[in-house]
Amino acid sequence: VITIEVNGTSRQINIEPDTPLLWVLRDVVGLTGTKFGCGIAQCGACTVHIDGRPMRSCSVPIGALDGAKITTIEGLSPDNSHPVQRAWIAEDVPQCGYCQSGQIMATAAFLKEVPNPTDADIDANITNICRCGTYERLRRAIHRAADMMKA
Amino acid sequence: MHGTKLTSTPAPTLSRRHFILTAATAAGGFMIGIGIAPGAADAATVPGEPWATGEGYSPNDIDAWIAIDPDDSILIRYQRSEMGQGSMTALPMIITEELQCDWAKVRIEYASANRNIREKKVYGDMFSHGSVSVRQSQKRMQQVGASARERLIAAAAARWNVPATECTAAQSVVTHKPSGQSLRYGELAADAAKVQLAAEPAIKTPAQFTFIPKAMPRVDVVHKTDGSAKFGMDAQVPGMVFAAITACPVPGGKLKSVDESVLNGAPGIIQVVKLDNAVAVVATDTYWRAKRALSRLQPVWDTGEAGKVDSEQLSKAYRAALSEPMQTARNDGNVDQALSGGTKTFEAIYETPYLSHSPMEPMNATVNLQSDRLDVWVGTQDAGEATEAAAKASGLKEEQVYIHNGFIGGGFGRRDANDEVKQAIAIAKVVQRPVKLVWTREEDTRQDKLRPHAVVAFKAATGVDGLPTAWSMRVVTSSIFNSVGVKFPPNKVEPMSVAGLADNGYNVPNMRVESLLKNTHLPVWFWRAPGINQHNFAIEGFLDEMAVANGIDPYQMRRKLLEGKPDWLKVLDTAAEKGDWGKPLPKGSGRGIAICTDCDSLCAEVAEVTVKPDGQVKVNRVTVALDTRYMVNPLTIAEQAEGSVIYNLTAALFGKLTIKDGAVVQGNFDTYRMVRLAEAPKIDVYLVPSGGPKWGGAGEPATAPIAAAVANAIFAATGKRIRSLPISDHDLAGSA
Repeated sequence: VITIEVNGTSRQINIEPDTPLLWVLRDVVGLTGTKFGCGIAQCGACTVHIDGRPMRSCSVPIGALDGAKITTIEGLSPDNSHPVQRAWIAEDVPQCGYCQSGQIMATAAFLKEVPNPTDADIDANITNICRCGTYERLRRAIHRAADMMKA
Repeated sequence: MHGTKLTSTPAPTLSRRHFILTAATAAGGFMIGIGIAPGAADAATVPGEPWATGEGYSPNDIDAWIAIDPDDSILIRYQRSEMGQGSMTALPMIITEELQCDWAKVRIEYASANRNIREKKVYGDMFSHGSVSVRQSQKRMQQVGASARERLIAAAAARWNVPATECTAAQSVVTHKPSGQSLRYGELAADAAKVQLAAEPAIKTPAQFTFIPKAMPRVDVVHKTDGSAKFGMDAQVPGMVFAAITACPVPGGKLKSVDESVLNGAPGIIQVVKLDNAVAVVATDTYWRAKRALSRLQPVWDTGEAGKVDSEQLSKAYRAALSEPMQTARNDGNVDQALSGGTKTFEAIYETPYLSHSPMEPMNATVNLQSDRLDVWVGTQDAGEATEAAAKASGLKEEQVYIHNGFIGGGFGRRDANDEVKQAIAIAKVVQRPVKLVWTREEDTRQDKLRPHAVVAFKAATGVDGLPTAWSMRVVTSSIFNSVGVKFPPNKVEPMSVAGLADNGYNVPNMRVESLLKNTHLPVWFWRAPGINQHNFAIEGFLDEMAVANGIDPYQMRRKLLEGKPDWLKVLDTAAEKGDWGKPLPKGSGRGIAICTDCDSLCAEVAEVTVKPDGQVKVNRVTVALDTRYMVNPLTIAEQAEGSVIYNLTAALFGKLTIKDGAVVQGNFDTYRMVRLAEAPKIDVYLVPSGGPKWGGAGEPATAPIAAAVANAIFAATGKRIRSLPISDHDLAGSA
């Protein structure tokens, strides 16, 4: 049995230890905001924070996470009020929306490390795939979120 | 005035967003107005679970489309799909325009496909493809809104015993001006539901609109930022089990055998389900169990002759077929005579490969099959067709089928085949439990119904002025209708096979367009802007070749060939002007231009590209001019243009599925590369609606021109002509 904390709530997980965190979150815990896109850490749709760090949960086995604190999109803020979420709404970023949980979680962690990112910083760090092509607004939203976090 | 550029500026608060619509002239931009669009707090809403509640009825229905509660909140049912294109916002906006209601009190949900069956197709077609949502529903949506408004007015007039003509409706209130009385819609709805109008009211002309066009945030955006938006993938049904599937990698092949014993002792495995052409593993608790177990199976397939096919053979066969007799789509003047009489002649062959759609959400369906009822949770572009397919696959009647359409994690044409629904039902029949079937990314790529492979052979002659006088275009590709199963008259040309060619806008006196459909075992399908997404690369590249060889600027060449067509010239000039056409660029950089008509809209794009010494191509900037004729929501139209550019830019730069032993080689994003943020150009969209008799589509028309615009820009930068895609197949090192 593995004990993890998900969005502040302790969870006892009794499943094969090689089960990726993604499927524990979606199928065991029942939090479906974290998405399956590729299963090989390529697309980033499954990005969550593990002890504050952005990780692609499709490629992290639950067995390695005993005692870890997990934050998913559902736990980023109680009311959609995190600056990154607000910036995403203000720029009307999502289209189909499927990749956006991962984009938002990747950005929230990134801005903690790099509060004043240049475009080059963003290019190097936000590598999640969006098939709808929301990149133009996504970039604007990242800058907007950075500004909001400074304010 | 040369267009409306849509940008958003920093907003002081979250709930107020300012969209500045600037109109630019040759002299520079100036502001024509500020539209203030509401933020999340005062916008229409949609539930995180978008599907119809219950049976798709409300006690406060005034008709199948609209329910008005006593507190004035208005439910509008949306009959098509929301896959990111924004129509779930746009169509209710059209109803709101006529209904004269308060947008902030509107909530939206999917119309029930089941109710559509029960009420003799009261919602009509329920599909979203061909960029039809607005352009083919606009009149209907206006009529729905106008009828409801007139019934509310009639109910108020009856209550007051005054003529309806003395009453007006605005912001969800009916007012009788002479007496000053007024009633809220919520107070009138029950009476209005009983009103039958003697005749349908006239709908507004665009000049009479007071609400649209208006830049509005999407109604689904809040759910798509906090994880609450429910996609088909997110369905949770009590007692459900999970299925992973692999179908024969060679389409058309059959399952011969599979050794299940390797799974002995694996936890939670319920059953290995053998289908005619696929094998599935069904497991409890997590999808991962099913997926991992499936990866351990080594099914044996019967692939037949198709198992010997590879890309090189297919390409050779298509090129060889270019000399075969074809069907004629267009034949102006006398091409053969004019070809021999030209000053200069040109010939070239352009080729584009198979592609998968690769939406972010892999294909999936969740079904609960009972003896007298079938519930399906799925993201489908066609809930109507899904109902039909599910009834057929389950043996139930269509009235017994309930499709719960989710938000769709990318469609692009892929999600109207409903093949995943049929598979999930087949599995549920065997395991007798609710089943969630999820495809792996590899399955999603390899079992896709592909963008066709195509070759186009051009022959042209130009006259003394350097302009083409004769132009022959011959296409070999495969039939999408054949894959769909639609019987198309054999003497007719399949429109997708010549899209972007037969419909070109150029004034060339002698022009002939022909096509030949050579089908293979690989199913082909509608892929955003079908046909034109690849043929525009060909025609606009070839035109560029003629312009350059004859010493004519490619933009000016197009201008001359589009003389007398002000709408075409408008998008062309806007893209060129805003894209800084003709302004100097450093060595190694270049600009390219392309134009098309698609879904009754027009679009021109200018791409600015740098080719690095190592041959890497960086698309720095793309300028889009889009004429959708009319607009409902300029914000989502601009978003669709941006997305269309990225979608086909991925295809142009990297997109290619290779066929080996009859099967698609590429599987996941490590081998099937996507444009990411770092590779995404700056995109500026200018909306230039020209009006006229038809409304144009928004979801697709900006897709096609980007491929040729980039390829032509690479030529401008390097002198290397790209005649086949993807661009990454061409070695451009040292060319700049």
